[in-house]
Amino acid sequence: MKALEIKIDKNLCKGCGICVDVCPKNTLESSNEVNEYALFYPRVRDLDSCIVCRLCELYCPDFAIEVKEK
Amino acid sequence: MITANYIKNEYIRRMPSAFCPGCGDGQILNAIARAIDHLKLPRNEIAAVSGIGCSAWIPSPYLRVDSLHTTHGRPIAFATGLKVANPKLKVLVVSGDGDCTGIGGNHLLHAARSNVGITVIMVNNGVYAMTGGQVAPTTEHEYKTVTTPYGNPAFALNVSEVVAAAGASYVARWTTWHMNQLIRSIEKGLTKKGFSFIEVISQCPTYEGRILNMDHIQMLHWFRDKFKTDEKGVFRIGEFVDIEKPELTDELQKIIEKVRK
Repeated sequence: MKALEIKIDKNLCKGCGICVDVCPKNTLESSNEVNEYALFYPRVRDLDSCIVCRLCELYCPDFAIEVKEK
Repeated sequence: MITANYIKNEYIRRMPSAFCPGCGDGQILNAIARAIDHLKLPRNEIAAVSGIGCSAWIPSPYLRVDSLHTTHGRPIAFATGLKVANPKLKVLVVSGDGDCTGIGGNHLLHAARSNVGITVIMVNNGVYAMTGGQVAPTTEHEYKTVTTPYGNPAFALNVSEVVAAAGASYVARWTTWHMNQLIRSIEKGLTKKGFSFIEVISQCPTYEGRILNMDHIQMLHWFRDKFKTDEKGVFRIGEFVDIEKPELTDELQKIIEKVRK
């Protein structure tokens, strides 16, 4: 299973980094970009490594991340 | 496939939430919404009751079901009334550890004793988080809080064992690291006839984590490494009680039918 797109809603994200921690394939990484509340939201490091386990969606406290399947 | 976007559009009233970054309450909101979705419960057959505290904010503005935001420590008392008035309703109480055991401990014991058919989710972070991180009945021995800077001299209340001894039908304890187990437990609790109690150990990065020198990621790793279902862990999690018992509203209905004859 491959991901088509990983959408991160940067204005819902509070930059807690739980998604980066729970990702088993290190698809996500923390970035230096900030949203309008000056919080560091994550970015996709390597989209091809995503196995669509949706752990980031399950653990995200703010419903800010969405994985679209191919 | 259940996606977070579907859950958000279907069960969440509004986002972003007022919770701190890294707070476990958002994860518990996610778990409750997913459990309701897995059971395919109609939204007008479920009511959520909450008291006062950070965790009381989980159902009251955010979960898209009928909700009742009540006085401090009394959500179980209000929920009992709601259940007795309308026994068909599935009543879900979301309460914090200070709300549920500190101020409203009496109600918790008597709801478990009378086995009224409500589901109580107790979010346990070990401190009174909304008022600034004071020591709570669930703070572990020698753990530092804002009001006990040299360590807690008292001992923590093992709430799950107390509720199990008081006679609840279903008792489970999970952490925010164990999301799938937690969702399954909430599903079991909502379908259970009698009193079901689910304790969720949650992280408070703002008041607990700052004093203990941990961020929320380290706390989640602490839950992963130290909380086990067998004797290997420092703290015990899992399902403790899963029995069938006569339920309060059924017994009340029996009395009504007996008296009417």
